Amino acid sequence: MKRPEAVHVVKQRREALLRGLVDGVPYISFLGMRFDRHGDELTAILPYHDGLIGNPMLPALHGGATAAFLEVTALIELAWSTLWEGVEAEGAVPGGPLRLPKTIDFTVDYLRPGLPRDAYARARVNRSGRRYASVHVEAWQDNRARLFAQATGHFLMPTD
Amino acid sequence: MQDTLSFVARFVAALPHSQALGMQAETISEGLAVLTMPYDARLIGDTETGVIHGGAVSALMDTAASVAVLSHPAAGGIMATMNLRIDYMRPATPGQTLRARAECHHVTRSVAFIRAVATDDDESRPVAMATGAFTIGAA
Repeated sequence: MKRPEAVHVVKQRREALLRGLVDGVPYISFLGMRFDRHGDELTAILPYHDGLIGNPMLPALHGGATAAFLEVTALIELAWSTLWEGVEAEGAVPGGPLRLPKTIDFTVDYLRPGLPRDAYARARVNRSGRRYASVHVEAWQDNRARLFAQATGHFLMPTD
Repeated sequence: MQDTLSFVARFVAALPHSQALGMQAETISEGLAVLTMPYDARLIGDTETGVIHGGAVSALMDTAASVAVLSHPAAGGIMATMNLRIDYMRPATPGQTLRARAECHHVTRSVAFIRAVATDDDESRPVAMATGAFTIGAA
């Protein structure tokens, strides 16, 4: 049996892949988003800042900020899960820029107002074909079971 | 009504997230809103192409839709997005201002329905279209 790779080598490679994807999307840093990675599981985090507020009277997160957070989470999860297997098999992140899927449509359900505090999201790829993918994403704040928004989107996969 | 409309224009200017995205109200009338969002490198979704991220387009659509609902004579008061669906028809041309035109086409006692279209300089080919429902009235 092949000897398992050293843990730091594995972590460096996976972090490099994630960084490669995130760095290709400047809008992620505009929102102030980041991703936590545990093995192949990604959790998107949107740390609260005043620039995310829609109505300052309530105050509540802007519906557009919530939609953007969900869409970015779905997109990065899709690209990540598509590339994961190849990168693990090759033992290296592909050279050159990583090509991202394109959103075809995106539907957001707002379940309760987004509170002025950190938000979290995880996406699940329900169908991934050669050309199209369908991704569902859920977002919560204080309680994982009490979603404040969910969304489904269809994406066009990059062609080689 | 004019008072309501200028109130709505001030309201847009006071939304922190819309401000951060550089949105401006261009036209507001009863149940109709046109908002613009200038091109900004911070909003790019793909460094390879320089195209604005869909999320920023969503935020523009959502804001334009909210304003259309707020300015509708039968709505007013407290309002929140219930759902919003966006179809992305083509990438927005890098460097060009985006313009979203939202129309609140039907209002019941508790729900307002909207349609919106986003365009860049080529107004004959929409960049994105949206439909949505907003809750209105007492929270």
